[in-house]
Amino acid sequence: MAAGEEVKLLGGWFSPFSHRVELALKLKGIPHQVLQEDLSNKSPLLLKNNPVYEKIPVLIHNQKPISESFVILEYIDETWKRNPLLPQDPHDKALARFWASFIDDKLAEAVRRTITTQGEQQQQDVKKATEALEILEGELKIKGKRFFGGETLGIVDIMLGWISIWLGVIEEFAGVQVIDPENFPVIEKWKRDFLQVPAVKESLPQRDLLVGYFENFRRFKLASVPAPGN
Amino acid sequence: MAEEVILLDFWSSPFGMRVRIALAEKGVKYEYREEDLRNKSPLLLQMNPVHKKIPVLIHNGKPICESLIAVQYVDEVWKDKSPLLPSDPYLRAQARFWADFIDKKIYDIGRKIWTTKGDEQEAAKKEFIEALKLLEGELGNKPYFGGESMGYVDVALIPFYSWFYAYETCGNFSIEPECPVLIAWAKRCLQKESVSKSLPDPQKVYEFVLVLKKKFGIE
Repeated sequence: MAAGEEVKLLGGWFSPFSHRVELALKLKGIPHQVLQEDLSNKSPLLLKNNPVYEKIPVLIHNQKPISESFVILEYIDETWKRNPLLPQDPHDKALARFWASFIDDKLAEAVRRTITTQGEQQQQDVKKATEALEILEGELKIKGKRFFGGETLGIVDIMLGWISIWLGVIEEFAGVQVIDPENFPVIEKWKRDFLQVPAVKESLPQRDLLVGYFENFRRFKLASVPAPGN
Repeated sequence: MAEEVILLDFWSSPFGMRVRIALAEKGVKYEYREEDLRNKSPLLLQMNPVHKKIPVLIHNGKPICESLIAVQYVDEVWKDKSPLLPSDPYLRAQARFWADFIDKKIYDIGRKIWTTKGDEQEAAKKEFIEALKLLEGELGNKPYFGGESMGYVDVALIPFYSWFYAYETCGNFSIEPECPVLIAWAKRCLQKESVSKSLPDPQKVYEFVLVLKKKFGIE
């Protein structure tokens, strides 16, 4: 790190999006400071540095803020060139961006909804999430490598990382099954290999703490959602 | 090497327009293929099996899907002319942030304006103007979001201008009094051939919206 470089992450240990940034910084060996946000009481620093969404993560590099996890990952990759996260070839880069976008738009979005939906609606969301995972399973199988990034983690692996722990926690308390391990041998192996990476082991939150956090979140959300039919 | 560039597109798609503009800015010769979205071509289904959507850019047989990804691809491959993304990583991040904001907000909220009525429509109109005002703030005094010349965010946003007339007529409101700076920016962009040749006539877009409304039984 160059003299005078200041890298701060406004994040949350419970947030899969914040974890993406944490992981990228660790993979690149970038010294940084993590400021834990309490989303029920957002800091002035967060509100000032992400006025558009008021969400974490926000990376602040030499006082300049960047928001949105994928935008931050690309910024990190372009600023610190060691251990590249994106391929060099423009078409391969486009594919990496495509899958990163797919993970958020199709998989993460559907899984997120299962936290607060119930009954028939929830079943539909589970189905969408499973279908998205099937597509990823197929893609990784064709690739035939350990990770989407090849033999080492790339940006797509970082974007998908949350399924290694957050997905199981969400499935458990939402009472759904998105991923039946028997049907996803390639993804299951990917998860095992992902969890072995030192930077991942160092940055993931503890499962029991996550369970507690989400149980509170779901109860809060269900209590504030209008009953169906209203 | 003979370059083969094909764009699978649909005339009124703002996402397709983005790629058209990027290709025009770079002076790339390409074949435009109009898709019938009710009867998608085998090529489209083969090149975008995951989403089955346009636009799809096909460069020497290899597909690039998702409009902003295609625009970045065009910018990286034909990098010697009219750069769309700045070279500074922080400015690039800002450009990507705002393009992502446009993706999250403009299309979906705009769609609500012509597919809903009453309170829901009023809420959509309000949200739409708020989003445009945020973008105006980001534009500031600059002639373009990209600074002195058109850039990534300009390309991401300007196609929606061709839909403004449809939104305004369906929603019975006017955007210019609320966002004069943005409208001035849009007209400035339209002075460029790459934009004017890529955007359809707003009247035609409105007529298309009326056909869609009838088809979906709206109002």
